Amino acid sequence: MSNPDPKSIELLRFTTAGSVDDGKSTLIGRLLHDSKSIFEDQWDALQRSADLAGGSDVNLANLTDGLRSEREQGITIDVAYRYFATPRRKFIIADTPGHVQYTRNMVTGASTANLALVLIDARHGVVEQSKRHAYISSLLGIPHMVVCINKMDLVDYSEDRFREIREQFYAFVPRLDIRDVTFVPISALKGDNVVEESKNMPWYHGPTLLGHLEDVYIASDWNLKDFRMPVQYVIRPLTDEHHDFRGFAGQITGGVVRKGEEVTVLPSGKRSAVKSIHILDKELDEAFSPQSVVIQLEDDIDISRGDTLSSLDTLPYTTQDHDANLCWMSEQPLTLGRKYILKHGPNGTKVVFREVVHTVDIETLEEKHGTAVLGLNDIGRVKFKTMAPLVYDAYRKNRNFGGFVIIDEASNETVAAGMLRSPEKPAPVPEHKDYVI
Amino acid sequence: MNKYKLTHLDYLESEGIHVLREVAAQFERPTLMFSGGKDSIVMLRLAEKAFRPARLPFPLLNVDTGHNFPELNEFRDRRAKELGAKLIVRTVEDALNKGIATQVAGELSRNRLQIPTLLAAIEEFQFDAALGGARRDEEKARAKERFFSFRDEFGQWDPKKQRPELWNIYNGRLIPGQHMRVFPLSNWTEMDVWEYIQREKLELPNIYFAHQREVVRRGGQWLPVNDLQPPKANEEVKTLQVRVRTIGDIMSTGCIESEATTVEHIIQEVSTARVTERGGRADDKVSESSMEDRKREGYF
Repeated sequence: MSNPDPKSIELLRFTTAGSVDDGKSTLIGRLLHDSKSIFEDQWDALQRSADLAGGSDVNLANLTDGLRSEREQGITIDVAYRYFATPRRKFIIADTPGHVQYTRNMVTGASTANLALVLIDARHGVVEQSKRHAYISSLLGIPHMVVCINKMDLVDYSEDRFREIREQFYAFVPRLDIRDVTFVPISALKGDNVVEESKNMPWYHGPTLLGHLEDVYIASDWNLKDFRMPVQYVIRPLTDEHHDFRGFAGQITGGVVRKGEEVTVLPSGKRSAVKSIHILDKELDEAFSPQSVVIQLEDDIDISRGDTLSSLDTLPYTTQDHDANLCWMSEQPLTLGRKYILKHGPNGTKVVFREVVHTVDIETLEEKHGTAVLGLNDIGRVKFKTMAPLVYDAYRKNRNFGGFVIIDEASNETVAAGMLRSPEKPAPVPEHKDYVI
Repeated sequence: MNKYKLTHLDYLESEGIHVLREVAAQFERPTLMFSGGKDSIVMLRLAEKAFRPARLPFPLLNVDTGHNFPELNEFRDRRAKELGAKLIVRTVEDALNKGIATQVAGELSRNRLQIPTLLAAIEEFQFDAALGGARRDEEKARAKERFFSFRDEFGQWDPKKQRPELWNIYNGRLIPGQHMRVFPLSNWTEMDVWEYIQREKLELPNIYFAHQREVVRRGGQWLPVNDLQPPKANEEVKTLQVRVRTIGDIMSTGCIESEATTVEHIIQEVSTARVTERGGRADDKVSESSMEDRKREGYF
């Protein structure tokens, strides 16, 4: 294996979801194995387990199902992160269980993914689980999707069957917000079109799965239009050497910022120009999402953790009344009227939910109105008010500036994840006030 | 094509810096566990990037097993001094004397004894967050670990009580007595660590590079010979050109035969390696769940 040049390698994060029988573990095992990412001692450990189980085949799921209770029950109960690399890219797989009772795990895995890998068993076609995974991928705004039609060996590598399933899937796509979808006919077990091109499907001229994962264009997955940086931490050395240093540290969650550019601080609306951008002793002329940087401003204005630096041309919303999609992740259902804590970037504020507009039946994708309850693994649209105004973009515009989590004040547990929608009546942006000293 | 594109190392670095700043902002008394090992060296570099030119907003903490490689301790002390960071060292020896930790008959390695020692240090200093260099690719019980790993009043890890982590939002809320272990390098692989060390030109303790050392073959691996670990009667002491891939207790850290004397050589070696880095750690081999068991009790 040649050494990848670390200066040009990108990282692609993708999710898989599936249950025991649909070949997901076999597929992951195949990707890891054929890209030489399984090591001998891991392989030995798998064989030891297989021998103990009475000489059965090596179960690749044992590679990902790391917790004892999972191995005992033969299920995946949590998000497992797997790593592999080819000379062209590095990959992180968020491997999640596919059953409806693990919706929250799928949502978690999807939140950071560039790509969703949806597996369909060629014998069964598009089933509810494939729809559910596609729906969650679309809800969480994953930019790319690959639909792997697996077990082609069991349908005689039939092109007709492949086309039929693709039509089934297209029939369902208009209900989703999916921008880029690719279909690959594979057999994870036999290795067709996973890493190596299949000799059994001459009618297919597209890339192999790994080929696609290596090639799919991901540099525009980040919002590079609207500069946003929530301030995480204020750096004030207070030393003789750096007496006047006041750096605003944070991860850029959207857009590009340049030295000399005028920015506004929200929610106060004050303005200043960027004096310098640093990563340690490296000074940058410009920085972009998702870099973590330190920014100094020309003017000495009051800024603390939770304030957002933003471009002037496109301002985020600043509102107290919100509309969002919410996935509930706790066994204790959502209680309307009760106070929770909402965490959005570095900000925490109290929140009261007023209304469940509808819930979504994730088996049929139908909206159900008139249910005021959101329980474990339910997804719905909610309206709520926060004690302090939130500065945000709609999730569809920027995943990393429109997502939030809900925390139970009593247990401190994270009980929900939400995706903000544009407010119905956009509140007026704070008026420009020239407080520059 | 657009020029606003991060390499994988830039992405991982940015993620790690973000996590470190969240820790400094969300917790009152965090600490960074610094052993002098390669992962903690990378973590310290990220901390410099997160907080300079200010001082690091937390002290460094090391649990010294008394079985640490001497080269490592020397490096640890010097690095802390160079950075102007406060270094706290708590020893397993001391925990044994105080009765906080108790040895099990026949137990040679002190990896398990680090647990009560660490928990006692966390209580002594009232730390509410301890930053560690663990990575998810090291071991499968770690594959499901969170960046913010919640520990109860007994310092225990319960896989079912871990909080969902979405986007880059981390929930660090605790009640007094609980604490968080935080792993900024969660998404790094062994290769990423080496490539980063190369890119940032980070200094490492010399035991990572090939050197002559007396070793004996035991349990399928080369173990270093030293005062704590004299060779047994039937064992042949060999002097080999070796290096360590991962560092734990000197009693259980296997050496690998290697000619790699530079970071470039090591990267070459890692890219063709056929065994995981923890493959040389006897403590992980006890059972398929040994890492999970130690983690549940409060291991890093």
